[in-house]
Amino acid sequence: MQKRYLIPIVYIIFLMLPIYWLLNMSFKTTNEILGGFTLYPHQFTLDNYATIFTDPSWYMGYVNSITYVAINTVLSVAVALPAAYAFSRYRFLGDKHLFFWLLSNRMAPPAVFVLPFLQLYSSVGLFDTHLAVALAHTLFNIPLAVWILEGFMSGVPKELDETAYVDGYSFWGFFLKIFVPTIAAGIGVAAFFCFMFSWVELLLAKNLTAVEAKPIAAAMTKTASTSGYELGLLAAAGVLTIVPGAFVIYFVRNYIAKGFALGRV
Amino acid sequence: MNKTVNQKAWFFVLPVFLMVAFNALIPLMTVVNYSVQESFGNNEFFWSGVGWFEQVLRSERFHAALLRQILFTSLVLLIQIPLGLVIALAMPRSGPWVSVCLVLMALPLLIPWNVVGAMWNIFALPDIGLLGKMINSLGIPYNYTRQPISAWFTTVLMDVWHWTSLVVLLCYAGLVSIPDAYYQAAKVDGAKPWAVFRYIQLPKLKHVLTIAILLRFMDSFMIYSEVVVLTGGGPGNSTTFLSIDLVKMAIGQFDLGPAAAMSIVYFLIILLASWLFFTLMMQDEGR
Repeated sequence: MQKRYLIPIVYIIFLMLPIYWLLNMSFKTTNEILGGFTLYPHQFTLDNYATIFTDPSWYMGYVNSITYVAINTVLSVAVALPAAYAFSRYRFLGDKHLFFWLLSNRMAPPAVFVLPFLQLYSSVGLFDTHLAVALAHTLFNIPLAVWILEGFMSGVPKELDETAYVDGYSFWGFFLKIFVPTIAAGIGVAAFFCFMFSWVELLLAKNLTAVEAKPIAAAMTKTASTSGYELGLLAAAGVLTIVPGAFVIYFVRNYIAKGFALGRV
Repeated sequence: MNKTVNQKAWFFVLPVFLMVAFNALIPLMTVVNYSVQESFGNNEFFWSGVGWFEQVLRSERFHAALLRQILFTSLVLLIQIPLGLVIALAMPRSGPWVSVCLVLMALPLLIPWNVVGAMWNIFALPDIGLLGKMINSLGIPYNYTRQPISAWFTTVLMDVWHWTSLVVLLCYAGLVSIPDAYYQAAKVDGAKPWAVFRYIQLPKLKHVLTIAILLRFMDSFMIYSEVVVLTGGGPGNSTTFLSIDLVKMAIGQFDLGPAAAMSIVYFLIILLASWLFFTLMMQDEGR
C-alpha cells in the first residue's frame, strides 16, 4: 500500500467519528448518557428506536419528508429535461440571460424567502401540504437539474438527433425512446442532487409546514426543546435520517464520479 | 457545438420558466414591497422610500453580521479547497476501494443540515462528547456554549466535516477525466510529480475548481440550520451569521421593513460575487 493512501484513510476516519458518536448515543439509556463519558454503550438498548417506530408524531415525520422529497425530485427532473434539451441544442432569444437567471435562484439564500413563501403558499391554500414544500424546493432544484442535464446533453453528439429524424422518428419518439436512455446516467445524477438538496434543506420545509406535513428533522427540534434533554432519542432520530441518504448513495455509487466528470459539475 | 437558432425552443423552457417565476418572482416582489414601506399594524402600509435600506446599511448589527459572515466564508474556503484537492489527489484512481471511498465520503452531504448541527452538538459536548472530552483532556479549556473561540472552532470544523467531500468529489471527477495518454507522455519526458500536478492536473482541474469555489462560496454564505442547532448564534452574537440574523429579524421580531431591505442587500451581495465568478468561468471556456 502506498503512503499517500493514508490521507484519504485519515479523512474518512475523521468523517466517521461524529457519526459513530451519534450511533453510540442512540444505543444508550438516558441514565448512562447523563451518567458520564463512555466510549461505547455499556447498557445497550433499542428503546430509543422503539419509541420512534411506535409514535406516529415521530415516524410520520419520515413519511412526510420522503413524500415531499419524492414529489420534488420527479417534478424537477421532468420539467428540467425538455428545458435542458433546448439549452443544449438551440439558440433562442434571451437564452443566456434565462440560463443565468435560473442559476441565480440557486444563489438565493432560503432565509430571504421564508416569509414571502409562507404568505404565498398560505394565500393559495397550500400551507402545511407536501406539495408546498416540494414546490418551494423546486426554486433551487430546477435550476440545478437544468444545469446538470444540460452538461450531459451537450456531451451527446448532435448526429444522434439527426440520424433519428432520418430514420423517421418524431421528435417526442426520438426524445423518449432514444435520447432519454442515452443520458440515463445524467438523469440519475440530476435526480441524486435533487433528492440530496431537498432532503437536507430544513429552513423552508419547517416554516411551510405545521402538523400534517412536518418533516422529520423538524420533529427533532421540537423534541430537543419541549420534552427535556432526551439525547438518546434525538441521536436515534438523527441516525434514521442518515439511512435514506446512505441508500441513495449506495445505488448511485458507480455514477457519482463518472457523473461529476461527464456533467457540468 | 453548433447550435441552431430556433425560437420554438421557448416552449421547452416554458414550464421551467413558469415554475421558477412563480417561486422566485412573486416572493421577491413581496420582499421588495416590504422594503420600501412602513407599517403601523392593521395591515396598513405607507411608502417609506429607501429609509429601511439606509437604516440597514448604517446599522452596526448588519456590519457585524456581514463581517462575521465574510470571515467564516474565507476561513471555510481557505481550508476546504486545498484540503479537498489534496485528498482527491491522494485517492486511488481505480480498484474496489474507489467506490468505498466515494460512498463514505459522500455520506455527510446527505445528512439533513440541522441533523449535522445536532450531531456536532452532541459530538462536541465538553463533558460527554468525544471531541469536547478529548480537547479538554489535552488541558485546553473548551466549551462551545461559553467561549466564542471554541464556538468558532467547532463551527468551522463542522463545516469542514460537512462540505470538504463536495470539493473532493468534484476534483476527483476532474482527475479521472484526464486521459491516460497525458500521464504516459509525462512519464516519457521524466516529469517529476510536482510538474505533473502543475502542468497537467491543475490546468485540467481549473474548471471543476471554479465550480467548487462557487458552490462553497454560495452555500457557506447562506449557512443557517447547522449553526442555529449547534450554537444558536451564540455565545452572545459571536456566531450570528447573515441568515441567522435575518431570520431573527423577520420571524423572531417581525421587523418586516428592515428584514426585507436586508434580504435584498444580502441577495445582491451573493448575486454580484457569483456573477463575477460566472463571468470569469465562461471567459475561460471561451463562450
